[in-house]
Amino acid sequence: MTNTKEHILSLLEQVSDPEIPVLSILDLGIVRDIVCTSDKDVVITITPTYSGCPAMDAIAFDIKLKLIENGFENVNIIYSLSPAWTTDWMSEEGKKKLQSYGIAPPQNMSSRIEKLLFEEESHIKCPRCHSTNTKLLSQFGSTACKALYQCSNCKEPFDYFKCH
Amino acid sequence: MDSNQQISKSTNLQINQTLHLADTALILGQRNSDWCAHGPILEQDIAITNITLDLIGQARNFYQYAATLINNAENKNETEDSLAYLRNEREFKNFLICELPNGNWAQTILRQFLFSVYQELLFEKLIACNDQQLSAIAAKSIKETKYHVKWSSEWVIRLGDGTEESKTKMEQAIDEIWMYTGEFFIANDYDIIDVTSIKSKWLEKINEIFEEATLSVPENTFMQSGGKNGIHTEYLGFLLSEMQVLQRTYPGANW
Ligand SMILES: [Zn+2]
Repeated sequence: MTNTKEHILSLLEQVSDPEIPVLSILDLGIVRDIVCTSDKDVVITITPTYSGCPAMDAIAFDIKLKLIENGFENVNIIYSLSPAWTTDWMSEEGKKKLQSYGIAPPQNMSSRIEKLLFEEESHIKCPRCHSTNTKLLSQFGSTACKALYQCSNCKEPFDYFKCH
Repeated sequence: MDSNQQISKSTNLQINQTLHLADTALILGQRNSDWCAHGPILEQDIAITNITLDLIGQARNFYQYAATLINNAENKNETEDSLAYLRNEREFKNFLICELPNGNWAQTILRQFLFSVYQELLFEKLIACNDQQLSAIAAKSIKETKYHVKWSSEWVIRLGDGTEESKTKMEQAIDEIWMYTGEFFIANDYDIIDVTSIKSKWLEKINEIFEEATLSVPENTFMQSGGKNGIHTEYLGFLLSEMQVLQRTYPGANW
């Protein structure tokens, strides 16, 4: 049974976030529990990143597909809201992957983010030239989980995965 | 002995409470979604659209829970979709402020601000309530709501303390929609928390931001209410007919 669980983990490692394909769902930290009730039956508990994240339905579908392709028969997906997902659960490996993909990874612990008006997380490292001389263009970027920054050194705009 | 179809009073209140939270998030989300591709500049178009996505996501979580409660209590087969798309105007329990037309950018910003400040205070209370699922949804959603409060507060300040024109538009927006905020704090039999208790904190925060925005909080104005009990403005029916037309024309249609 332990082997099965490790096997499932290696399969889940191959399921990626449809919006950020370099990240696996394990890197994202959304897989909360795996329970094998037999060699063919498994219950996977996942937690959504943001309430309205449209990737969640696609992710649940991809998990089912991947496991069924690999011989599982009954794959049950449970959504769990509590405790709420935080970027602190993102793996170090995942943060490195984000950086080389061109998205600045979350740089602080979410609990340490003060949300003062007109104040933004500063010194976000540009994923292209690594300068920390960067500025926020928009609090909301291409998706709810990202903000749009621009590097003042190389002038390149880039997405920053916000602390959450 | 009553038949087991009879729902207990407390379950009924719990269902109505959950539907009120769901409807409120959905209807404001539906309104805001009109800005998609029409925002004043691209970045803010994306911002209001992302806020909308958060609201619709919150609504989905509340509707899913409401469907579970209803199906457990009665022999029914409700889903998040049937609750959103197949209920009539009088069954919706959203605040009136959510169903008002968007008006201009100032009015949209002001509504988001007045609402998000309320929603953050409400979620703080809901996190501590004894309904585990409502508490979990609130704990998840409040992280998003804090961003909405920050974003809309900054815009209220920018516009209020901006140009003569932007200030005038903010003042007109206040005249237009302030009277729909009284309803936030009118207790209803289904309220799981004491909503009257958050009024002073809400007003304090509104005052703080208005002061920085050089705007004034109206005093002793008439307050309109009814939404929480299903009594709506003339706008909701039109909104619903547009939102629900697909499911009503092609029942069960799927992506
Ligand atoms: Zn750079």
